[in-house]
Amino acid sequence: MAKITMREAISQALMEEMDRDPAVFIMGEEVGVWGGTYAVTKGFYDKYGADRVKDTPIAENAILGAAIGAAMVGQRPIAELMTINFAFSAMDYIVNQAAKLRYMFGGQFMLPMVIRAVGGGGRQLGATHSQTPDAIFAHFPGLKVVSPGTPEDAKGLLKSAIRSNDPILFIEHATMYQVRGDVPEGEYTIPIGKSKIQRAGSDLTIVTYCKGLELSMKAAEQLSKEGIEAEIVDLRTLRPLDMEPVLESFKKTNRAIVVEEGWKSYGVGAEIVSRIYEEAFDYVDAPIIRVAQKEVPLPYNRTLEQAALPQVPDIVAAAKEVLK
Amino acid sequence: MKKEQLLDLYYQMVLIRRVEERGAELYQAGKIGGFMHLYIGQEAVSTGLIAAREPRDRVITAYRDHGVALNCGISSNEVMAELLGKATGMSKGKGGSMHMASTEKNMWGGHAIVGGHLPVAAGLALGDQYAKNDNITICMFGDGATNIGYFHEALNLAKTWGLRVLWVCENNQYGMGTSVERASAVTEIRQKAEGYGMKNGQVDGMDVMKVYEAAKEAMDFIRKEGQPYLLEIDTYRFRGHSMGDPERYRKAEEVKKWQEEDPIGIFNKYLLEKKLATRKSLDEIEARVEEEVVKAVEFAETSPEPTMEDLYADIYAD
Repeated sequence: MAKITMREAISQALMEEMDRDPAVFIMGEEVGVWGGTYAVTKGFYDKYGADRVKDTPIAENAILGAAIGAAMVGQRPIAELMTINFAFSAMDYIVNQAAKLRYMFGGQFMLPMVIRAVGGGGRQLGATHSQTPDAIFAHFPGLKVVSPGTPEDAKGLLKSAIRSNDPILFIEHATMYQVRGDVPEGEYTIPIGKSKIQRAGSDLTIVTYCKGLELSMKAAEQLSKEGIEAEIVDLRTLRPLDMEPVLESFKKTNRAIVVEEGWKSYGVGAEIVSRIYEEAFDYVDAPIIRVAQKEVPLPYNRTLEQAALPQVPDIVAAAKEVLK
Repeated sequence: MKKEQLLDLYYQMVLIRRVEERGAELYQAGKIGGFMHLYIGQEAVSTGLIAAREPRDRVITAYRDHGVALNCGISSNEVMAELLGKATGMSKGKGGSMHMASTEKNMWGGHAIVGGHLPVAAGLALGDQYAKNDNITICMFGDGATNIGYFHEALNLAKTWGLRVLWVCENNQYGMGTSVERASAVTEIRQKAEGYGMKNGQVDGMDVMKVYEAAKEAMDFIRKEGQPYLLEIDTYRFRGHSMGDPERYRKAEEVKKWQEEDPIGIFNKYLLEKKLATRKSLDEIEARVEEEVVKAVEFAETSPEPTMEDLYADIYAD
């Protein structure tokens, strides 16, 4: 095992797949000469050249539309959106094109493409640049939505995404590029659509993903000091959603909380809670609690922004509440 | 063009007309659902354009796509079956009138979001550029699509990256019921290409030979220079925007004036005057089309519906 950052893990995945398959290329705003706005593709332009690391105009419809077209004729583009907030400018390409073209034309088209997008709050970027709108994208059949919470998963899942023949939205978190973690030496992939137990425990189940995993792991450490052992299920993929590990854990603990960074209303937590009630109602010992973002556009002011985002103490408090 | 090819173009134009006339009847009879946009009046545009392509050149268009599908070589059986939502349609009954495609025939749809397919067209050409071939993507769209952002992003990208796209604006004078001068800052659409330093041209879309010549010239330029080209083709749809069009926005005299310029009539006259065809040979083509369309309707009507398994098929490839 080697300890590397999330940034290095993503960068390694991209590089390994570009080395493996000449059909893979990267396109997006500042991915080339600049080296990526989060430095993920630093050095790529020099190594692979302008043909395979394409700097695009700031025009999200052109970026995603062109990636879709290139994928339809057999290439494997990785289109990068500088932030997921810009995905709203190109919503048509995610929702009306990428997610639908295969089905709508009776399976004639294949869209082997990845849309990499950075989301999340906490960097004082104001309301339009700080959103965690993952649930919106997970709403659409035809699209796959992946959002890893550890370097190991980020690398393995991104490699699988690049090899997949379906359009995949790969959501990274803006505050997690420096997060370090163990990554297996050598070649490995992690299957899309598989949730994972990231921490074993027997008192309650915490269902989460991406930034929520980082916060939940910290909360679990604190709870452990008080004799409460939380089991953490990391969804990793939001669509297709793998509920098996969630239900298995819940049937053991009978108590759960769901932690997500996005807004609570109509969110990932709403989906998970509904599924638990639908599929494991007889195992419910306490109402399931959702920990999520306050229902406000994120403010610039640091204190207010942090107050709006879910925090470790919120998770600890929710865990204790379901155990009452 | 050889005589047989010219007669084939005539066959294609008559086929589009008859398939759509029959389609309109089936729509009125409630056998075709959803939106249906007829190409009647515009047949010379796609027929001339597609005659100018090599088989390796790709075609992508908007929702007025039945004619384009037939020109690309998709059978009238499949077109009719798709209109009726049958499993034997090229999109297995899941696309309908607006979503006809065939990767085998290098026809990439049939797209129903106005202007939405233009960046996708740039992407088809990007895929070819990345593969280092000189295939051309012919992308057709209406005048209405040139007012939306997608058009501008796509043209800018194509010119900046040197993508081999023939952008074809079928200017049929109206975006739904709004005339060009009521919706577009410039009424001569080709001028929009100037803003991107893109070579452009304009041609009469009621004359299939003129369309063919203009497309050939544009495609020679694209292939040689590795640059896009915008061709504005002036045309007119004889029917409403779609089947449910009250046509309050244009006068009957205007429609009548354009109908005197019927593209099939013009080509018929051309073939006879130039002694490229006899009255008899053209009559035979028309009779052959009538028979083909009867068979296509029969094929579609007797074809199976998609099954409940098909409901969940082809959402994902993996």
